[in-house]
Amino acid sequence: MKINKWMAATAFTVSSLFAATSFAADPLKVGFVYVGPVGDHGWSYEHDQGRLEMQEHFGDKVETTFVENVPEGADAERVITQLAKSGHDLIFTTSFGFMNPTLKAAKRFPNVTFEHATGYKRSKNVSTYVLRTYEGRYVSGVAAGMATKTNTIGYIASFPIPEVIRDINSVYLGAKSVNPDVKIKIVWVNTWYDPGKESDAANALMDQGVDIVIQHTDSPAPLIAAEKRGIMGIGQASDMSHFAPKSHMFSVRDVWAPHYIRTVQEVMDKSWAPEDYWGGFADDILQIVSINPDLPADIQSAITSTHSKIKSGEFHPFTGPMLDNTGKEVIAAGYTLTDAELAAVNWYVEGIDASIPK
Amino acid sequence: MDILLLQQIMIAALKTGTPLLLIALGELVCEKTGVLNLGQEGMMLMGAMAGFAGALYTGNLFLGVTLAILAGMAMSLLFGALSLNLNTNQVATGLALTIFGTGLSSFLGGDLVGSTIDGFKPIAIPLLSDIPFIGPLLFKQDLLVYLSFVLVAASWWVMHKTRVGLTVRAVGENPYSANALGIKVIRVRFLATLFGGAMAGLAGSYMSLAYTPMWMENMTAGRGWIALALVVFASWRIAYLALGAYLFGFASILHLVMQGLGVDISPNLLAMTPYIATIVVMVAISSNALAQKLSTPMSLAKPFDPKVH
Repeated sequence: MKINKWMAATAFTVSSLFAATSFAADPLKVGFVYVGPVGDHGWSYEHDQGRLEMQEHFGDKVETTFVENVPEGADAERVITQLAKSGHDLIFTTSFGFMNPTLKAAKRFPNVTFEHATGYKRSKNVSTYVLRTYEGRYVSGVAAGMATKTNTIGYIASFPIPEVIRDINSVYLGAKSVNPDVKIKIVWVNTWYDPGKESDAANALMDQGVDIVIQHTDSPAPLIAAEKRGIMGIGQASDMSHFAPKSHMFSVRDVWAPHYIRTVQEVMDKSWAPEDYWGGFADDILQIVSINPDLPADIQSAITSTHSKIKSGEFHPFTGPMLDNTGKEVIAAGYTLTDAELAAVNWYVEGIDASIPK
Repeated sequence: MDILLLQQIMIAALKTGTPLLLIALGELVCEKTGVLNLGQEGMMLMGAMAGFAGALYTGNLFLGVTLAILAGMAMSLLFGALSLNLNTNQVATGLALTIFGTGLSSFLGGDLVGSTIDGFKPIAIPLLSDIPFIGPLLFKQDLLVYLSFVLVAASWWVMHKTRVGLTVRAVGENPYSANALGIKVIRVRFLATLFGGAMAGLAGSYMSLAYTPMWMENMTAGRGWIALALVVFASWRIAYLALGAYLFGFASILHLVMQGLGVDISPNLLAMTPYIATIVVMVAISSNALAQKLSTPMSLAKPFDPKVH
């Protein structure tokens, strides 16, 4: 049994070596593993748009493959292994739950390069890449703070993980910077995706005087609910403007192509090294798209100017001094949170009248 | 809590409960004949997808609903052919139907993602909708909600006041006796299964044409399973089923509203309330063990094969 496993492992290694050396002149084979369907109009859709643009950029120098609807867990390892075995030189695994399967496969295929989105475990042939979603949230907060007439912003939150908590803070900080009286109402729906429930949450918030709906869930249902009632909302992950032509303020879009193009180039040049990549406005990995032309001019210009201030590095939303909502200092004066600290935010900033679910 | 907010919660609760009620009603009738169809989620998704496609391509919401009902029936036809004619295991066949429907609806509905339509809008019934509190709640809803009221009343009447209802129950209690009396057991079961499919399709179209007018993969998010549980907790009684569906809807909305009001209870705990509240109430009202035993169809999930008997 043991020998069999060892032999199998060797065979895999040899075959992948063989694939890497003997076809060196052939196109670079790049594989993508998606958690959802490419037609989800959100997360996986945007990864696939990135793949297509990368393919176009390199033409016949690359050959891309994707596998969609891959469940997180044991099945993912099978899919990733299959891609590695079939001669792929670079594999992108695009969901948090693919973390351990990616690392396991990477161990068995040391000559294949792996890139895992949103994870935190790396090795000598595994990099991670993350979005600075809080940058888009800060702009959302500024726009919402200016546009709200009831001074109440609604936030549909998924799960109490650092990314979501950090983004709630970011929205509130942005809104507060332009509107000192603003309040934020947070509703946790305990799901990333349940259009019915997301829509119910949006309606519940609007019933309570919320006039700007911001969502940290993946379906366009909250925007559609807002459109029905003439209340404004902000699109998440992809351009959601056509779901709510009147109510859509703008979308914060994930644009993966620049990262995919850069990584493929590095692998081609053999200059790739494992890293923990955080992409945001500065790299155009995160973009503000489809600003509603009917928005008042001052709000439109605040959106673009806040975007460019963050993009240029002139401004970082998480710069001290900052207190949490119990009055404890969480960021010292003049200090800006590092990426590692941003990945571990577990407090609400001063002024948010709520507590984080335990 | 002021009265207006309570009214808004109840209106939202009615909308949230309606798809559950529609699909559970179909399954209740189906189970009354002894057929357990766990394929609800798959049939509902096919209904949601077909309904949206129909409405999008024809521009007619009613054609969409019709197509959804037909899609649900087609799925249940498949279930019936396998489990009733070929006597496959009902539980396994139903599970397979859910998996099949989930996959098929995503496959066929791939091009529909991202399209938008104008869904069903509330229609106020003159005079009745002016009644304080109850008016906007019951008489200012969309057509599918009105249809659900009619279907609940009609199903109750058929099941309890007509010969058809008696036949359905006889088949579910003891198919062999029913067979001896000359009732065509398989035919009755098949018709009930088709009715279940039609209701699941209708419930799906409520999701994609009224509740959240759009189509996305897996958009029913487990409502078919909740409906299956509701049927059991309602101890196969239509009135209790309606109560349970609306109660579930009410608790689901309440937990979102309470969070918005800043009630300091863990949202995880609040998220459990629809389930807990529904189970507690349903268990309480149907706690009579004898009544429970009597209301459970005796032949539930058992295949009918006169040659074996």
